[in-house]
Amino acid sequence: MSSPPASSPPAPSLPAPEDAREWLQTMTLIRRFEERAGEMYARAKVGGFLHLSIGEEATIVGSARALRDSDYLISTYRSHGHALVRGTPPENVMAELFGRVDGCSGGRGGSMHMFDSKRRFMGGYGIVGGNLPIAAGIALASDYRGTEEVTLCVFGDGASNQGTFGETLNIAALWRLPVVFMVTNNQFGMGTALGRHSAVTDLRRKGESLGVPGMRCDGMDVLDTHAVTAEAVRRVREDRRPVLVEAVTYRFRGHSMADPEQYRTKEEVARWRERDPLPAFGGLLVREGVIDESERERVDERAIARVDGAVEFAEASPFPPAESLYDDVYVLDDEVRGSYSVRTTAPESAPGQTLESSIGEIPQQITTALEAGEDAG
Amino acid sequence: MAEMRYREALNAALREELARDERVILMGEDIGVFGGAFKVTDGLLAEFGERRVRDTPISENTIVGVGVGAAMTGLKPVVELMTINFALLAFDQIVNHAAHIHYMFGGQAKVPLVVRMPQGAGHQLGPTHSHCLEALFLHIPGLLVAVPSTAADAKGLLKTAIRDENPVIFIEHESLYGVRGEVPDDEDHLVHFGQARIAREGSDVTLVGISRMALTAERAARTLADEHGVQAEVIDPRTLRPLDLETILASVRKTNHCVTVEEGWPHGGVGANLAALISEQAFDDLDAPVRRVTGADVPMPYSKPLEDLAYPHERQIVAAVLATLNRTPAATEPATAGGA
Repeated sequence: MSSPPASSPPAPSLPAPEDAREWLQTMTLIRRFEERAGEMYARAKVGGFLHLSIGEEATIVGSARALRDSDYLISTYRSHGHALVRGTPPENVMAELFGRVDGCSGGRGGSMHMFDSKRRFMGGYGIVGGNLPIAAGIALASDYRGTEEVTLCVFGDGASNQGTFGETLNIAALWRLPVVFMVTNNQFGMGTALGRHSAVTDLRRKGESLGVPGMRCDGMDVLDTHAVTAEAVRRVREDRRPVLVEAVTYRFRGHSMADPEQYRTKEEVARWRERDPLPAFGGLLVREGVIDESERERVDERAIARVDGAVEFAEASPFPPAESLYDDVYVLDDEVRGSYSVRTTAPESAPGQTLESSIGEIPQQITTALEAGEDAG
Repeated sequence: MAEMRYREALNAALREELARDERVILMGEDIGVFGGAFKVTDGLLAEFGERRVRDTPISENTIVGVGVGAAMTGLKPVVELMTINFALLAFDQIVNHAAHIHYMFGGQAKVPLVVRMPQGAGHQLGPTHSHCLEALFLHIPGLLVAVPSTAADAKGLLKTAIRDENPVIFIEHESLYGVRGEVPDDEDHLVHFGQARIAREGSDVTLVGISRMALTAERAARTLADEHGVQAEVIDPRTLRPLDLETILASVRKTNHCVTVEEGWPHGGVGANLAALISEQAFDDLDAPVRRVTGADVPMPYSKPLEDLAYPHERQIVAAVLATLNRTPAATEPATAGGA
C-alpha cells in the first residue's frame, strides 16, 4: 500500500508572483475541467474511455512550466491536462471530448488523442509506451536541426515495463538525444499496484543500466516538481543527454470512469488526498502573501466559469460532417499528384452504398466466403 | 539507361535522395559500418556520415517510432528493417502510430516516413525470415505499400516514396537483390505510385503478379505462348496502396479471365482482395472465376524440397491459367490455391 511522501524539504522558493498565480490558475483549471469532463461523461456527452488526472495537477503544471515554448511535450492517454497546460483552449479540449469539429484533434482522436501542433503539444497516445520512441524521434530532429529544443516525454509507471521504455532510453542515451523522460508514478498501472507490476519500484533507477541517470520529485508539490524538472531540462539542454525524472504522485479518481477501484482502500486515497496539490499550493500562496483568500476564491470561480463556457462551446460545435470521413487518411500533396486514386465522396451511409477509398470502390457490405486454399495441400 | 542490380538501383535512389534533400536520414540495423544485411546501403555511411546514416540497436519498434517522431517534426527518415518478419516487432509503431497519426490528430501532423524491408522465400531461412506479408500492410488505411519487382521500379518507386508525405511500407524481395535490369539515369526519374506496369501484353488471360511473382508470371506467360498458344497479359501493380485497379479491370475486360499470383498466404491475401474487387466491378466481363495462385497455407519450412513446394513457381501459374481457360484440368499441386 502506497503512502504519500512527506512534504519535500527544503521547500524550493516561490516563483515570481505572476508565475505563481498562473500556476495556481492552470492547476485549478485542470481540476475543474476534469471534474466537469467526468460529469459530462456520466451524462453521455463524452464517449469511449475517459482518464482523469485529478490529483496530478502539480506534476503536470510543475513539469510543463520548466519548458520553453519552443520545447516539445508528448503525453499519454491521460492528457487533457497536458493540452491545457500548453495553452490549448479548454473549449477545444472539451469539444474534442464531445467529438465535435472544433475539437483540438478535429473530433478524430477523443480523450486519449489530444494534439496541438501550434503549441508543440505532440499528442496524447492510447498505446502504453507508444509515445517514448516518438519522443526520441522528435528529439533527434531537434538535434539534427541544431536547435536547443528539449522534449519532455511523459508516461506512467506502467509504461516503464514496456519494451519501448528500455529500447528508447537506450537509443536516447546512445545517440545523446535531448529528452527528459518523466515517469508519472501515480502508484498504479491501471489497477495493478506498483509493487505488483515492477520488480524495481525505485523508478528513477530504472534507467541507470541504460545510461540514463534518474532524479525524483514530489509530484504533489508543484514547486518541487518544477525545481527538479527545470534542473533536468537544463542538464538535458546543455549536455544533450537524456534524464529520467520520477514524479511521485497519485490519481484521486479511478484509472478511467469505468473503475470500481477494488484494488485500493478508501483510507489510502484519503491519506493521499491530505496532500491534495491544489489546497496545498493555494494555501501556500496565501500564507506567503502572494494572493489573499478572496483572490484564491476568484481563481476558482474563474476556472469554473471558463469550464462552463467550454461546455457551452462544445455543445454548440457541430459534429464533423459525414463527407469528412475520409479526410486526412493521406496527405495529398503536389509531389505525386494524381497517384493516389483517392476519391473521397460523401458517404451517405445507407447500408450497401458504395464508398470509395484509396484502394478503389469498395461496397460497404462485403460478403466474404473464402473458399480457396485448402486444396493447396 | 544503365544496367544495374536491383540492390544497386535502391542504393542509387538512397544516394540521390540523400544528396537532394538534407531532411533525408537513414536508420537501421547494420546499415552503416556493415553496409546493410543485403548491402543495399553499402557506401552511404562513408559518403554521408554518421549524422545521416545511422546504425541502430536491434530495437525494431523503437527504430520505427524514432522515425515517426522525426518525420512529424520535419525530417524524412528512411528506416531499414532486416526482414519483413522483423517488421512484426514494429507493428505498433507502424499501425497505431505511423498510419494513424495524420488522421487521429485531425491532419495537424504528417508522417513522411519510409520503412524498407525485404521479404520472400527461396533461401532456406525457415519460418521467421521468409514470408511475404504485404497483405498485412495492404490492410491498413494510412499506409502506402510498394512492391517493386524490377531494378528500374525499385529505384523510381523508392525515390517517390522518399519524396512523398505519407508513411510508405517499401517491400523489397530477397531473391531480386542480385537481378540486373535497365534503369533510367535521370535523377528525377520517378515511378509514381498507383500506376501499374503492363509487363507483357496479351489477349487471352490477365496475370497479376505481386512482388517477385510479377517476374515468375512473365516467365509463365512465355511458356504459355510457346507451348500452349495462350497469350497472357502480365500486370505488375507495383504499388498495392494505391492500387491501379483501372489498368487491371481494363485488361480483364479484354481477356475475360484473370489469375493472380503472390507468394503470400491465401487467406486474406492480396489475390483475395483483387478477386473481390474484380468480381465486384467486372463480374459480367469474366468468363471464369478469378483464380488465385498463392503460397501454401503453412509457415515456411526450411528443408529445400518442402520450401520449393510452399511458394509458387512457373508451373503452377501455367496450370492455373490453363484451368481457368478450361484447357486442361486444374493441377492440384501445392502452392496453387484455386479460387473456384
